[in-house]
Amino acid sequence: MLSLVLLQAAAAGLAKLGAGVGAGLASIGAGIGIGNIGGHAMEAIARQPEMAGNIRINMIIIAALVEGVAFFALVVCLL
Amino acid sequence: MKVKVINKYLLLGLIFLMGIMPLKSVASEGKEDGKINVQELVMEHTNDAHEWHITTFHGTKISIPLPVIVKSSTGWHAFMSFRFDEAKNGVYEGLYVNKDGKICEKNSEGAEQRVMDLSITKDVLQLWIVVILLLVIFLYCAHWYKHKSPESDAPKGFVGFMEMFVLFVYNDVIKETIDEKHYKFFAPYLLTVFFFIFLCNILGLIPIFPGGANLTGNITITFFLAICTMLLVNVFGSKAYWKDIFWPDVPWWLKVPVPLLPVIEFFGVFTKPFALMIRLFANIFGGHAVAISLACVIFTTFQLSIVKGATISPISVILMIFMDLLEVLVAFLQAFVFTILSSVFIGLAHQEEEKPQAEITK
Repeated sequence: MLSLVLLQAAAAGLAKLGAGVGAGLASIGAGIGIGNIGGHAMEAIARQPEMAGNIRINMIIIAALVEGVAFFALVVCLL
Repeated sequence: MKVKVINKYLLLGLIFLMGIMPLKSVASEGKEDGKINVQELVMEHTNDAHEWHITTFHGTKISIPLPVIVKSSTGWHAFMSFRFDEAKNGVYEGLYVNKDGKICEKNSEGAEQRVMDLSITKDVLQLWIVVILLLVIFLYCAHWYKHKSPESDAPKGFVGFMEMFVLFVYNDVIKETIDEKHYKFFAPYLLTVFFFIFLCNILGLIPIFPGGANLTGNITITFFLAICTMLLVNVFGSKAYWKDIFWPDVPWWLKVPVPLLPVIEFFGVFTKPFALMIRLFANIFGGHAVAISLACVIFTTFQLSIVKGATISPISVILMIFMDLLEVLVAFLQAFVFTILSSVFIGLAHQEEEKPQAEITK
């Protein structure tokens, strides 16, 4: 009887824990992805400084795409 | 020179004051027996509503009531939303607002039933404001060019800025991604969608009327924009585009007997606009939620103790300013990404047929 009440209380807490862990993992994925893009973009600009503008625009576009994927996970965790 | 300096500081002071205003309104609501419920406040400020709440001044609510237009089982009803506040039990003409904020009626069994709601809500009014602003700005700019010849000077000031902005999207996004024959047909839609999303995002950051409604953070609005893009891409796609989806140029065992790649490609037709929708919605909604939560930090810390409140508040204000600047960048970026992805999808639907690989290697 008491264990059922405890289980119900635990279930609500577990849901929040799952949401938190999911959002954290999504943030890690986004961080790694965007860090990668940024790093390679820096190297490319260092190799060819006159293409900096072109590279910058492409970097921003791809960073937004990667962040979009992370936001998928965030929305799922919030709801 | 002195007047210019005074004007600059006046403007700065005004902007600073505007930053304080949402705090005053946030403070007076969402208080249940003294405690502030952050999640409820966030939901209240980001959801749609049947009135435009401006502030609550010492207990009296100051808001703009909006018309409610519904079709229930008893026919059409149209009235202003303050009738719900005046009526006893909140029931007016058989309709009432349930706990989720939706208008319902009690059907014959006494159970709650949603009605067909076509009201002018806060989001609809904000949409009209954005549309009117867009029309005013762009018709004014277009009118500037009317009596000028190609040899006259380039525009200066506001028109010059808008020309630079429009040409940035036109040259660097639309002409790059869509081929020569078709870009003129799709350019109006893409430019409209870019400036609409950008203006919606920017107005969502202003805390007071006529801005401040969470329009692009409403998934129905982004759903409609994504549907528009999907229709444009697929209805006007070339035959080569559709052939590439259902019978792509890949090894035969991916197509027959189990059509793996055609099914994947067909789902791709739907997932790409879906990603557009979710990306815009989550970015803007997340930004608004974070800004409101940071404002609530001030109130929750003040509730704990005056000392804690006084020390955390300046940090919270600085964080909020930083977040708002980031949100301005995100506003532009999300509009830009939506437009460039839409134009890339449209460009992909109009590609020239490539020669089959086998012929080239021979």
